[in-house]
Amino acid sequence: MKALLIRDLRLATRAGGGFGLALAFFLIVCTLVPFGVGPQGGTLALIAPGILWVGALLSCLLSLDRIFALDHEDGSLDLLATAPLPLEGVVASKALAHWLTTGLPLVLAAPVFGILLHLPGPGYVWLVLSLALGTPALSVLGAFGAAVTVGLRRGGLLLSLLVLPLYIPTLIFGAEAVRRGAAGLDPWTPLVFLAAITLAVLALVPFAAASALRVNLR
Amino acid sequence: MTLLSVSGLAVARGGLRTLENLNFTLEPGQALILRGPNGLGKTTLLRTLAGLQPAVDGQIAADPDSTAYAAHADGLKSALTVTENLRFWAEVFGGDGIDQALSLMNLTELAARPAHALSAGQKRRLGLARLMVTGRAVWLMDEPTVSLDAASVGLFVQMVRGHLAAGGGAVIATHIDLGLAEARVLDLTPFKAAATRSGTGRAAGFNEAFG
Repeated sequence: MKALLIRDLRLATRAGGGFGLALAFFLIVCTLVPFGVGPQGGTLALIAPGILWVGALLSCLLSLDRIFALDHEDGSLDLLATAPLPLEGVVASKALAHWLTTGLPLVLAAPVFGILLHLPGPGYVWLVLSLALGTPALSVLGAFGAAVTVGLRRGGLLLSLLVLPLYIPTLIFGAEAVRRGAAGLDPWTPLVFLAAITLAVLALVPFAAASALRVNLR
Repeated sequence: MTLLSVSGLAVARGGLRTLENLNFTLEPGQALILRGPNGLGKTTLLRTLAGLQPAVDGQIAADPDSTAYAAHADGLKSALTVTENLRFWAEVFGGDGIDQALSLMNLTELAARPAHALSAGQKRRLGLARLMVTGRAVWLMDEPTVSLDAASVGLFVQMVRGHLAAGGGAVIATHIDLGLAEARVLDLTPFKAAATRSGTGRAAGFNEAFG
């Protein structure tokens, strides 16, 4: 598993690996919104939590189809399936690699993007915390979507349609935590729910994804 | 100890039986060459033996951790170098012998080159060298000599002979004469599944409509 993780991280950071793509997309979304709704700080501050979370969601989606499609194209996925590594482990390790190259940079850069959207001062801690708790679920659910659509032509489009509805609970509780935090209210209830969703997804979804891969490899 | 034993095996591709009633065994030091026309089910048989798809009927008796599969695609990452590609598979399979595999397939001079800068034949040689670092006893190879020149086929045969001498086994689907005289040849044509052979029945009709 460690070897697979290191390989995926290495591939992501080399030429054509797409590292930083999600971050750049997030930046563009956060820059476009003030152009669209106007520069009034009050309006922006109101919608900032939602925009930041939707932006993170969409940036995460960008690189999802690469999780298994590239390995399927060059035949590595067949070889990995015959390796001593369990497929559940392959899924978990690939989702972790996706989070490290996509989710983690978003978490770290989110405060900067918060400034672009006039996020009120008390919200920053909760923005980082909610993204840190929520984005792992996005990567694992995305790995499941990628496993279901692997081998399909234009699977990326179908993948978005499959995965975005699954992101709704994470989006609701994540954005709500930031909104309450920014308004000076107690954000712990949505945060606990967010963490619960992530833990449930981490525990269950790799098995579903591995079964989907097994069917698709036949 | 028998490495691989197959009895009454039937395999299917896309829900259609392609081969049935297959019986053979593979002892340590033996190589089995599968022959048959295109579309007969050689790849399907190898994928079933590798555990990538379930057998429709019959039994495959083999240690599930004893087989290494080499498909049409080599499973190389073009952004990684030759050594990095091999080291990855060695770590995944818990094997070693990267240097030996490189020198046997005449890749030592290319060790630091990224895989996207290799020619088709060099990629193939790297894909075959991968088998050596898996440490697995049974090599299942699907058209291993595609895009190899005569000298490289010689290297490949030498590699297989070394593996057999070490007590391993090999199942090779190929159309060319490898010059591996000691290998048993299994012609798969008589094992073609009845439904597809007679050209009747629902399955064959489906095949005509969508094949």
